[in-house]
Formats: sequence, C-alpha cells, structure tokens
Amino acid sequence: MDLLLNLTINGLATGMLIFLLAAGLTLIFGLMDVLNFAHGGLFAWGAYSGVWVYGMTGSFMAAIAGAILTGIILGFVTERFIIQPVYGNHVQQILITLGLMLVLSEMLKVVFGPNQIVASPPDYLAGSWQLGDVVIIKYRAFIILIGVMVFALVHYVLKNTKIGLTVRAGVMNKEMVQALGINIKKVFMLVFMIGSAMAALGGVLLAPYSGVIYAEMGMDFAILAFIVVVIGGMGNFVGSLFAAMLIGLSGAFMTYYVPDLSLAVNMLLMAVVLVVRPQGLFGVKG
Amino acid sequence: MTTLLEVNDIETYIGQYHILQGVSFQVKKGEVTVLLGRNGAGKTTSLRSIMGLNPIQDGRINFNGEDISKLATYHIANRGIGFVPEDQGIFGELTVEENMKIAMQKQDDATLARLDKILTLFPDLKTYWKKQGGYLSGGQKQMLSIARAYLNKNELLLIDEPSKGLAPIVVEKVMESIMEMKDETTIVLVEQNFRMAMGVGDTYYIIDDGRSVDTGNMKELADNEELKRKYLGIA
Repeated sequence: MDLLLNLTINGLATGMLIFLLAAGLTLIFGLMDVLNFAHGGLFAWGAYSGVWVYGMTGSFMAAIAGAILTGIILGFVTERFIIQPVYGNHVQQILITLGLMLVLSEMLKVVFGPNQIVASPPDYLAGSWQLGDVVIIKYRAFIILIGVMVFALVHYVLKNTKIGLTVRAGVMNKEMVQALGINIKKVFMLVFMIGSAMAALGGVLLAPYSGVIYAEMGMDFAILAFIVVVIGGMGNFVGSLFAAMLIGLSGAFMTYYVPDLSLAVNMLLMAVVLVVRPQGLFGVKG
Repeated sequence: MTTLLEVNDIETYIGQYHILQGVSFQVKKGEVTVLLGRNGAGKTTSLRSIMGLNPIQDGRINFNGEDISKLATYHIANRGIGFVPEDQGIFGELTVEENMKIAMQKQDDATLARLDKILTLFPDLKTYWKKQGGYLSGGQKQMLSIARAYLNKNELLLIDEPSKGLAPIVVEKVMESIMEMKDETTIVLVEQNFRMAMGVGDTYYIIDDGRSVDTGNMKELADNEELKRKYLGIA
C-alpha cells in the first residue's frame, strides 16, 4: 500500500511539472494556432535562471520569482520578434521555433557553462514526513501544492474574468472575438507570456526534484508536454491537467514495474486517443 | 438623409481568388440596406471586407466620413459596427450569459437597458441563460448572435443571412427583431429570403460576380420581374 501511495505521489509530482509546461503550450496552440517547439527551451531557462538566483540569494522563493520573470521576458521577446512574423504559417513556425529551441539550449551552455548543474531543495523542503508506513517526500508534496495552486488560479481567471472569457472564446473563434472589438494580438501576447512563465516555473521546480539540470532538458520534457496537449485536447486547460496527471502516473508506475515500456505507454496512449478521439479527451469544439 | 457607410469600388482576394471586383454601395443612416444576389456573388465577402476580416486590396470604405479600409477588425468594431456572421459566430463552449458578457463593451445603464430589451424580444435567451451556446438550436443561436451585436450602442449592424436554415416561425421572430432594431440603428442585411428582405428592407443593391450591378428602392424591385429573374433566380 505504501509503495502504491509513494508511486502515486511521484506520479502526481511529475505530472504537475509536465502540466506546468503543457498548460502554456495548449493555450498557445489553441488560441494562437502556433506550434511552439521552443516551449521546452523556456522550461530549461526557468530551471537555470532559478538555480542561478538561488545560488546568488540563497532564497528559493526568489529563485521561483526569478524563473517566472525570466519566462515572462523570454515569452515577450519570443512572441514579439519570433512568432509574430510567422502567424498563420505552420511550416515557418515549426522551423523557426525548432531553431529557437536549439539557440535557447546552446545559449544556456554559453551563459551557464556546458556541464550539468546540481540543484537541491532548500532545507525546509528537504527530507520527508513519515505517516505510519507511508513516507511523503516534502519537495514532491510542495510541487503538487504549487501545481494545484497554479491550476486553481489560472482556472479561476479563465472562468471568472473578462480576459479569461476572451482567451476561451479566442480558442473557439478568433475572428469573432475581434469582430466584438477586442484586440486579439494583445491577448496572444499575454497568453504567450503567461504560458512561458508557467513553463519557467515548471523548470525551476524540476531542478531540485531531479537534482541535476542540463541544457537539453527542455526537449525531453517538451515531448511529454506535446503528448499531453494531444491527449487533453488542444486549447483545453482542464484537459491538459488531466492528461498530465495520466502521463505522470503512468510514467511513475511503468518505470517501477516495466521500465522498458514507460515511454512506449505514453506514445500508445497518444495513439489510442488520436484514433478514437482525434480532438483529444477534452477537445474544444468551434 | 446622411450617408453612414460608403463602399467605393472595393476589390478583395481570398487566397488566389478575386472575389470582389468592384463593389460599391452607400448606406443611409436609419435605413435597412439589403444586399441581394445569387450564392457566391460576393455578398458575404462584402460584409467581411467592411469588418476587415477579408481586407480589401483596392477601393475605399468610409464610415461616418472616416476611411476604415486599413483598420484592424477590432478598431472597426469599436467605431460602432456590429457584425452578425453567416455562421452566427457563437462561442459554443461559453454559456449564453458568457457570450453576452464578452460582447459587452460597457456596463452602463444604456447597455443594460438594451440587454433587457433584447431579452424581452428573445425570451429563449433568458430561459437558456446558463446553457452552453453549442447546445442551442439554430434559431436560438441566431437570436444570440443578433442579441450580441445589438448589445452595444452600434451605429451600424451588418447582418449576414439571418434566416438561413431557420424554421418559418423563427424567421418571423428574427424579422420582428430587425424591425425593432431598425428604429435605433442602421442595418446592412444580406438575405436570400426575398420575402424577408422585402419585409424589412428600404434600399437594395444587387451583387453579381463580385460587382454591384443594380440598386434601387425595395418596393420597386418587387415589381421588376426581369431583374428578379436575371440576378436572383426568382421566377
């Protein structure tokens, strides 16, 4: 029983990290119709910048704030100068964002050095709680808590504010949103920046979780995030949470019981969803 | 009567297709101007071009004396032009309430009064206030689309085929709503249903093969059998 619980907590924590990356990706995909293959790069930059700030200040909260700020700035620059010129052209988007992904990864090596960097959680999040036979690692619980808080906040904004309504409407019908007098480009920019900030937050949270960060880490997680976007339904925020939890849990259990098949199961899940329900489990209808 | 909208010899391409090849018309304040023509003649593209959704390549569009030809769609909407598209443009996963909320530019007394009025006119919207737009019937979706455009104090409403695919009883309701709105706003209506066009229209323009080919008073058109047969396919 304690093993199952531990695997579940591991799976949920990993799922939350994937969710933070995938949620931005799905909104950007759904609203802006942009295939952003550089999203993983923002995740990696969040990890590196956060670890750097942590090293400079000794404050993990400052590290989180630093990573989020990095995500916002990189998101602004990426949307304004890289994405805007290629709106509506998927081929150009793929090429330019793949190129940007490589540039972001290589720039990490230039700025922070080519070697892996070791990261650990702050003292107050290190260690574990013992509840009977069950051991709960504090940092994993912290990741789950942050993930739930981010989900609740973004979900609240999407459901209860005018800007949230605009984003949801924009996912369904961009033209009509503009015809109602709303500047969709500003909304695009905002969503891109928030999505990038969430990816960077995921990156900085991953650093102490995995214990080590490296320049190419963004691409590894981006693949999982893309699987989540497909399974959850492009543009569907709740779907991305559900799918991320599914991928996180299947990863945790499969890695323990059948490690050779852990990635194959994710691919299989995606393939089944694509065949049975191509718009994703929570797919958005126009 | 003052001219509110002037469309001068506009040309619009969609991809490689030259859809509008010289459409011109004038819309007088307070009138319902009807664009008539066969399927594919360019009526919908004309409305979309006015809204900037299919930007024009040549010609000029003046609204209230201002050239709006090169403005972004949201600027055009904010100048006071409401749009009811052919596909109704309902946000299917938003409730009726949310569809109205997103359209509401101001929450002042005048807007709330218009909301009251439109809900009285379309009580179905009140009944299904919390229902997702995607689950409404075709007629209810059309009512929602019209209500959304009417909600703000728009000087001009562009309404594209509001009777399309609707049951006769719903068409009557839509006609009634257009007659109500006519007292407060100017309307450009694209309509295939000649009876409805006759019922609400003041002036007509016939568009054929991407060009405006005839204009006049709606009442005159009713008696012109040759014109109706030639351009509208009405025997």
